[in-house]
Amino acid sequence: MTQSPPRSIAGTIPSAGSVAPSPDAPGGGGFPRWRNPAKNRLVRAYFQSPVAAISLVILVIIVFLATFAPWIAPTNPYDLGTVTVVNSRLPPGATARIGDTVFLLGSDGAGRDLLSAILYGLRTSIIVAAASTGIAVLIGLWVGLLAAYVGGRTDAALMRLVDLQLSFPTMLVALMLLAILGNGLDKIIAALVIVQWAYFARTARAAALVEREKEYMEAARGLYLGHGRMIFRHLMPNSIAPLIVVATIQAAHAVSLEATLSFLGLGLPPTEPSLGLLIANGFNYVFSLHWWISLFPGLALLLTIVVMNLAGDRLRDLLNPRLRK
Amino acid sequence: MTMDDGETPILQVRGLRTYFETDLGVGKAVDDVSFTLRRGQIIGLVGESGSGKSVTGQSLIGLVDRPGRIVGGEILFKGRDMAKLAPEELRRLRGDRISIIFQDPMTTLNPVLSIGTQLIETVLAHYPSVTPQKARERARDMLGKMGIPNPEERLDAYPHQYSGGMRQRVAIAMALINDPECVIADEPTTALDVTIQSQIAHEVKDLCRNAGTALIWITHDLGLVAALADDICVMYAGRIVERGRVEDVLGKPLHPYTRGLMDAVPSRNKRGVRLSQIPGSMPPLLALPGGCAFHPRCWRADQSDCRVSPPEESPREDGGALRCHHPLEDSIVMAR
Amino acid sequence: MIAFVLQRLIQSIAIVIAMSIIVFVGVTVVGNPVDMLISPEVSQADRERIIRSFGLDLPIHQQYFVFALSVLRGEFGQSFVFGESAIKLIVQRMPATLELATTALLISIIIGLPLGVRAGLKPDSIASRLTMSFSILGFSLPTFWIGIMLMMLFAVVLGWLPATGRGPTVLFLGVEVSFLTWDGLRHLILPATTLALLKVSLVIRLARAGTLEVVHQDYIRTARAKGLKNDRIVFVHVLKNIMIPIVTIIGLEFGQLIAFSIVTETIFSWPGMGKLIVDSIRMLDRPIIVAYLMIIVVLITGINFIVDIIYAILDPRIRHEATK
Repeated sequence: MTQSPPRSIAGTIPSAGSVAPSPDAPGGGGFPRWRNPAKNRLVRAYFQSPVAAISLVILVIIVFLATFAPWIAPTNPYDLGTVTVVNSRLPPGATARIGDTVFLLGSDGAGRDLLSAILYGLRTSIIVAAASTGIAVLIGLWVGLLAAYVGGRTDAALMRLVDLQLSFPTMLVALMLLAILGNGLDKIIAALVIVQWAYFARTARAAALVEREKEYMEAARGLYLGHGRMIFRHLMPNSIAPLIVVATIQAAHAVSLEATLSFLGLGLPPTEPSLGLLIANGFNYVFSLHWWISLFPGLALLLTIVVMNLAGDRLRDLLNPRLRK
Repeated sequence: MTMDDGETPILQVRGLRTYFETDLGVGKAVDDVSFTLRRGQIIGLVGESGSGKSVTGQSLIGLVDRPGRIVGGEILFKGRDMAKLAPEELRRLRGDRISIIFQDPMTTLNPVLSIGTQLIETVLAHYPSVTPQKARERARDMLGKMGIPNPEERLDAYPHQYSGGMRQRVAIAMALINDPECVIADEPTTALDVTIQSQIAHEVKDLCRNAGTALIWITHDLGLVAALADDICVMYAGRIVERGRVEDVLGKPLHPYTRGLMDAVPSRNKRGVRLSQIPGSMPPLLALPGGCAFHPRCWRADQSDCRVSPPEESPREDGGALRCHHPLEDSIVMAR
Repeated sequence: MIAFVLQRLIQSIAIVIAMSIIVFVGVTVVGNPVDMLISPEVSQADRERIIRSFGLDLPIHQQYFVFALSVLRGEFGQSFVFGESAIKLIVQRMPATLELATTALLISIIIGLPLGVRAGLKPDSIASRLTMSFSILGFSLPTFWIGIMLMMLFAVVLGWLPATGRGPTVLFLGVEVSFLTWDGLRHLILPATTLALLKVSLVIRLARAGTLEVVHQDYIRTARAKGLKNDRIVFVHVLKNIMIPIVTIIGLEFGQLIAFSIVTETIFSWPGMGKLIVDSIRMLDRPIIVAYLMIIVVLITGINFIVDIIYAILDPRIRHEATK
């Protein structure tokens, strides 16, 4: 939960984060010693919130299940050889009409095991979120640092571009891009990179600018330390923390956007596993009350997005310099 | 303080304690403060920053910022204990019978409401039967009294269109608009230019004198108190260390702290003489020294009493009072 | 004020021009209009004739010029699917979308503002903590899924509300609206609530953060010192200050609501322009896609422009700065 502190004396009392026992204290509770005490403190502070801790654990489990879906899932729901329409729309817990598979969460309109399809769908969600956010962070970081470092007209032009893009809803921009590009995994990743990079560029620039204004940067420039060293050693480290926060939230957003676009039939083709497509499949059977087909994939989607947002929220609270004492 | 002329005082404060209870300890911002304010009287409440004088002012009107809390004592406003009033009763007194002027005029006015709105609502909050037109006329007259040119037009202006001095005049007009019986002025001129400071102070004094309004003027400026007030209370670390009539206390200070404050004020007859300072600084509230809180800075402090027991209040022979184990004698005039 | 409005107007026009270039480049250069327009079975000669007739053989800047002229005249050609003027088709469906988005906006403010202000006034109460937990959940809800769930529960299982369509409409100030009839209103509730859930959390968070900040300002202490009633302090002194950022951000989010109305309209078969665009993208109905994009660009830029003006009106500090 975001807790912007009241501007009272209460607000200046160190937050839970900084009250955490000092890692330098002797016999630090049996935790392994990390090389970086600041990082150690951050990790501990993160886990002081039970909600955030549970979220992270769930997120790790989701990523694990998604990554190893082909080995964990009871069936391969996208193997056309084994999936048959005969088994379609079976309620949760039912046994297959053909074969001996038990459909724990039921089956969808095409006869796919929902549990397996959800795991495969999560795999797509994670791949899309990780790839698009990762590439967008890299692009945004470089654009942001470049803008902050060079300044002047380059900065102004780049930031106008960022403003222009951010003044339009991501959903619309993604939709427009997919209308032009067509659908497919690579297309949707490309579209999500394009709608996300501007957030990261703005964040990286803002963080780098703060550092740039400091006196030692003036000194460094006076010493003519070289551009690469200035950017890598001084500007970049300061942009990392805020970028991680924004990236966590944006990755959750990317998961949601991919599902939404696929649901609309504009993201992934129907042959690919995607939670959005599964829900779209369930949507066809809403009136015949085959509720499980749209409910379970949606819950999986919601859980993934919620834990990402909760983790991101906690990180933001911890890394926000305004809240840190 | 001095003799009672029979009528109930406007304000009687007895043993007031306002503490800030934090995770790091308890800050005794106001600790056992007592004084009496008679009808139409002007009291100067003097102290360095952190002495608890502002918190005293806020306590009187029931507006202590959290985590501060009045934990003991009585604030008798015309005989009724304000510290025990229901919130609604307290609200009715505030801004009507007793009001406060805050220190920083740049932040005390709401930036998105016009000056007129902010004045008029003060009237209507207490006199709902007054028509808005009448309230507006009243607001205009108050601005005029405070020396604001074109008051009618200025009513529709917003705070950012006023200078700092003008804003403070508005804040004063707001405090006086319902003819209160008691006004607390919490360093209202400190944030202003020196040239405007005494001008505004004297205007407020005259307004209060003419209306018979009692006034508590909180400040760190001894000179201002000398020119303005009838009585003076000198505060240090949450306690009143010396009080009495202004001419008595400033004419013959018995507390070393009062003496130190006076020596630190530049004046004409000390020309060429190096100004003395009280050594050290006000201790933080959470780390007050034991015994007399002033002892680490006091040249008269001994090794026993002053370090161990906080001095009780003892009377001055002219009717005032002080808290000191070793009050100054007449003979000690220019100590150090 | 006039100078301020004029300056913002020029900025807005610049944005529209920039976006028109992007849309043009996107549709003409990145997406291949020849493939979009002409079926592969057409003979080579016919193919070239069609390319010429659409001006696709011209140099790129001339093509943009032709495009810009047609945008100015509001001509985007005929829809391939409907055989009608693309712009007309969209404009016809615009009121339905705007009604949906506006209703959603109102719902999110009506629910979110009191909850957020309350959470800001009493940040430590259990109700406030629950509100904040709920806001994280609301923030994460995928619109399309919650829409389906609401539809399944309230329309299919309980049968309280109609599942699809817009219901009867009445002409109000020359616009077809459905909120004025009981049945129309019933049709509006589910899609508008679905869309509103997207923004309720945002309103709660903004209101809470704003309130937390404002209640500690000196002028609120002054208001208390004046003996104002609590209601007046909250509803005038606090609310007027927090409304400035809220109106600004919410106004800017209106574009998002329009964007996500695409999803809601698809689910609830709401006959707005969002549903039209999804269908058109699937059918590769290029004139409608281009017309929709340009209309959205103008619409959102227009909203941003209006929000700027409202911001200036609400905040006297900006207003006077702008007047100077």
